[in-house]
Amino acid sequence: MSTATATHDQHDHHPTGITRWLFTTNHKDIGTLYLWFSFIMLLTGGAMAMVIRAELLYPGMQVVDPNFFNMMTTMHGLIMVFGAIMPATVGLANWLIPMMIGAPDMALPRMNNWSFWILPFAALMLVAPMFMGGNFSSGQGPAFGWTFYQPLSGQYDKLAFFIFAVHLLGLSSIMGSINIIATILNMRAPGMTLMKMPLFVWTWLITAFLLIAVMPVLAGAVTMMLTDKYFGTSFFHAAGGGDPVLFQHVFWFFGHPEVYIMILPAFGIVSQIIPTFSRKPLFGYASMVYATAAIAFLSFIVWAHHMFTVGMPVAGELYFMYATVMIAVPTAVKVFNWTATMWKGSLTFETPMLWAVAFVFLFTIGGFTGLMLGVAPADFQYHDTYFVVAHFHYVLVTGALFAIIAAVYYWLPKWTGHMYDEKLAKIHFWVSAISVNVLFFPQHFLGLAGMPRRIPDYAVQFADWNFVSSIGGFVFGLSQILFLFIVIKTIRGGAKATDRVWDSADGLEWTVPSPAPYHTFETAPEIK
Amino acid sequence: MSAIQTINKKLVGFFCLALLAGPTSAWADYALNMTKGVTKISEEVYDLHMLVLIICTVVGIGVFGVIIYSLINHRKSKGAVAAQFHESTTVEVIWTTIPLVILILIAIPATGTLLKIEDSSDADVTIKVTGWQWKWQYDYLDENVSFFSSLSEASNKARQRDSGINVYDVKHYLLSVNEPIVVPVNKKVRILTTSNDVIHAWWVPALGLKRDAIPGYINESWFKAEKTGTYRGQCAELCGKDHGFMPIVVEVVDQDKYKQWVVAKQEQAIAEAAASGKAMSKSELMARGEKVYKGNCMACHQDKGQGLPPMFPALAGSKIATGPVKAHMDIVIHGKPGTAMQAFAQQLNDADLAAVITYERNSWGNSAGMVQPSDVKAAR
Amino acid sequence: MNSHNKKTAGKLVVIAMLMFGFGFALVPLYSLVCDAFGINGRFLEIESGEFTAVEGERQGELLARRVDKDRTVNVQFFTTVNQNMDWKFKALDKSVKVHPGEITEVRFYAKNMTDKDVVAQAIPSLQPSQAIKYFTKMECFCFTQQTLRAGEGREMPLKFVVNPDLPKNIGTITLAYTFFDTGLKAKAEQKKNVALVNQ
Repeated sequence: MSTATATHDQHDHHPTGITRWLFTTNHKDIGTLYLWFSFIMLLTGGAMAMVIRAELLYPGMQVVDPNFFNMMTTMHGLIMVFGAIMPATVGLANWLIPMMIGAPDMALPRMNNWSFWILPFAALMLVAPMFMGGNFSSGQGPAFGWTFYQPLSGQYDKLAFFIFAVHLLGLSSIMGSINIIATILNMRAPGMTLMKMPLFVWTWLITAFLLIAVMPVLAGAVTMMLTDKYFGTSFFHAAGGGDPVLFQHVFWFFGHPEVYIMILPAFGIVSQIIPTFSRKPLFGYASMVYATAAIAFLSFIVWAHHMFTVGMPVAGELYFMYATVMIAVPTAVKVFNWTATMWKGSLTFETPMLWAVAFVFLFTIGGFTGLMLGVAPADFQYHDTYFVVAHFHYVLVTGALFAIIAAVYYWLPKWTGHMYDEKLAKIHFWVSAISVNVLFFPQHFLGLAGMPRRIPDYAVQFADWNFVSSIGGFVFGLSQILFLFIVIKTIRGGAKATDRVWDSADGLEWTVPSPAPYHTFETAPEIK
Repeated sequence: MSAIQTINKKLVGFFCLALLAGPTSAWADYALNMTKGVTKISEEVYDLHMLVLIICTVVGIGVFGVIIYSLINHRKSKGAVAAQFHESTTVEVIWTTIPLVILILIAIPATGTLLKIEDSSDADVTIKVTGWQWKWQYDYLDENVSFFSSLSEASNKARQRDSGINVYDVKHYLLSVNEPIVVPVNKKVRILTTSNDVIHAWWVPALGLKRDAIPGYINESWFKAEKTGTYRGQCAELCGKDHGFMPIVVEVVDQDKYKQWVVAKQEQAIAEAAASGKAMSKSELMARGEKVYKGNCMACHQDKGQGLPPMFPALAGSKIATGPVKAHMDIVIHGKPGTAMQAFAQQLNDADLAAVITYERNSWGNSAGMVQPSDVKAAR
Repeated sequence: MNSHNKKTAGKLVVIAMLMFGFGFALVPLYSLVCDAFGINGRFLEIESGEFTAVEGERQGELLARRVDKDRTVNVQFFTTVNQNMDWKFKALDKSVKVHPGEITEVRFYAKNMTDKDVVAQAIPSLQPSQAIKYFTKMECFCFTQQTLRAGEGREMPLKFVVNPDLPKNIGTITLAYTFFDTGLKAKAEQKKNVALVNQ
């Protein structure tokens, strides 16, 4: 492992200024770009969530009009899924996978550059219609929900912007995934067998295959929408023999694996962090790998549980119910493994560990509600209510996002060479962890009491919990500004980080200096 | 470090307390849980929901208990030394099997309930429910009763931005309609949902019934309410701008009352058909037109005809509403393809159309003459 | 190493392209599944009108040989006209009681209320979905697109047989038709199709 320092003296031999970022093929630069892009998107999508919560603070319409509200929910969903969570995990993959497997860079560096630089254009295309229509309040962005069900989305007259944005986002993801798979399969250092790879690499390998399998299906779906809208085909138009329900099937064939695309890398992150701060190896490494693969496989055969109310034949409903609840098994195995990893460890609670432990608790709550939603007869009551909203925010915010924030705190010292401000970071954690529950937990009650999702105004019996939820939302939103501040502060200075950073951190990335030099592992390290 | 940890602990305690205390003290005022409803199915669904919820809670307490124990006792600051075990096939097999067994226990009752939900045979009353942007149309297939049901006028006024109305003063704000559907108690009512435009979903929690309304297709479901009363629900599938403003109100009444209602509706329809041929005075047209306008047009064109440009143009002083009457009738009757302007030919009768067109041509400063039902009939 | 990577990438690109194709393949796959299970009361026949007419006629004749006089099934009809389409469309026979195996003809009436010619397609949908397999249409205005000239009104027939093998628990069948504006211009050729159905 001493080879790691051999390239240290090349540290600063790279272009500077804007061209460095435009033309870079360096996996660390590209990882940084991805992470900043996703941070900007997180704040943008978060601002939209603030508008939503402001409108829902009190019953009655005060802040925006219904169409603008629908545009906010739609754009919030699209931006958070395609702009914040996915690029953030790709950014982490770029930074970490080559360092974790002892590779000098990604397998296809030039393609890596393209897959990032497509993203800002896709994002611009997605938000552009919001600014068409004279003034901002009458913006004409998509307002049909992030699931863009037909025929509602077919009524939208700027559909082409949306479709091409999705095409570009898909292209970027597919290129990124090809790169990640090629890197993992071909670029591992000698001795780094598949079953020795860190779990983050494993989860990303499986995620990348999921992406390659389903992003093209999404591209197909929007292409069919495009030809339906502008070229007279009838894939989803009942008039020509098509079927709007078919759209939902195609969408969720993409959409369900997509959920796991967002959460599997989070599983990987948590599986890196918990052993470090438990000072104990991950419990059941092999079963973690198998459980991840099992979840990925199951994700392809459960999609119609999003559509129990469309009127499937009862045999179909039964099948999708059974298949769906099966996902609870590998997921439970994962939670048990994390628990067993902490059991009889020697625990300390630095900030990354706090986020990771919060992840285990809160993601599990999201998992439980997921099981409840999978029970078809009960889903007839839960479907399209705030119960569902609470469920997927527990999975995606306190699940995926918490894990990403944990990862940032965990590897930030490696990236910047500085320790973050532990006190501020702990404040950030506690404010976020409490407010996020104030934000989302009451939404379970709202949904069970009968509040549908995606409504800009509600009956007065829902007023109290909406108020509580909005207050939680504002605090959670504001606390992410603190996160931004902490990250910038760490980049600009702070206590010098050691190479290993965390006393029992395990993995190749901790063998290189902090900050990680521009080029690492140009000669492959030896793995025992 | 230790100071922070004490604070941490206190915060955790506070948080747990808040979670426990919040719901219990609030039981009386808020609905926190799913309704039991008034049908056998809704009750079964409720039981199923509680079963899974309790299982999840028990498992959750178990797992979280272990984690919390570990967090408290296995910390380095307490001198814990890490054990080095990291594998146990026996344990893995056990904790794969246990969830599997629990899932089977859940799946068995769930299957039974699902089969009951999907059995719509032998219904006493069949109602076709058609979703429209943004109202519901109900057709009683055997009784020849048909009408539209949209958000009540009071709610509709109050929900406009800056309406100045305190929504707490509006009875059943957003959950009341101009005309509820009436069904008999203890009878199997079959609901056939379909849609005129985009996908909607017909949902009444107390009836345990939610079904998508999809254009071109019909979906079948049913309920049998066992208690008379008024039950309220909403559209549950995003269907555009006013998705949040198309409630459902079901009145469950005893058999006699239901029969009376059906007869009254049938007589009303005959009377209306007779009236729609007659000429009306301007004040009659204006009064009726205002009502129709509020029920059908105000959501987009707004209460003073100012619209919400550019999507929903103003009517006050507009070319259409002050120009040739033929063009005005044409756009109201046939809609404008490619825009949100619907065709109202199917939704409104001649008298309603004449009234609303007259109202639009003579309000908010417009002054462009009257339209009679006979004119509309000729223009159709 | 580099060529190795390109090879892997190449393979993955092929997978991605196959999956893009698979997205489109879901369309016929879905139709097959619908046909087998009757999702949404959807019929496959819309795409293959004339074939269905011939095949329906043949099957109907076969079924008519074993009329089940002891059993009566209630068949309900209802109609919807889709958004922005100003047609009057109603079932002249709102419901009929039939013996399985009996060939029955019912009539619908449609009138174009506009001053333009309109080409429309009627989409059938049937509930309960288990009954789809047992409902044979021998002649239907939904087999082809229908053109109505401005102001034209016309009766449209539906000839059908309920299969005597219909599961015993099904006593009522509901058939719905929704007319959709195809957005096509009326053509002479389509008039021919309409004539065929109206014979």
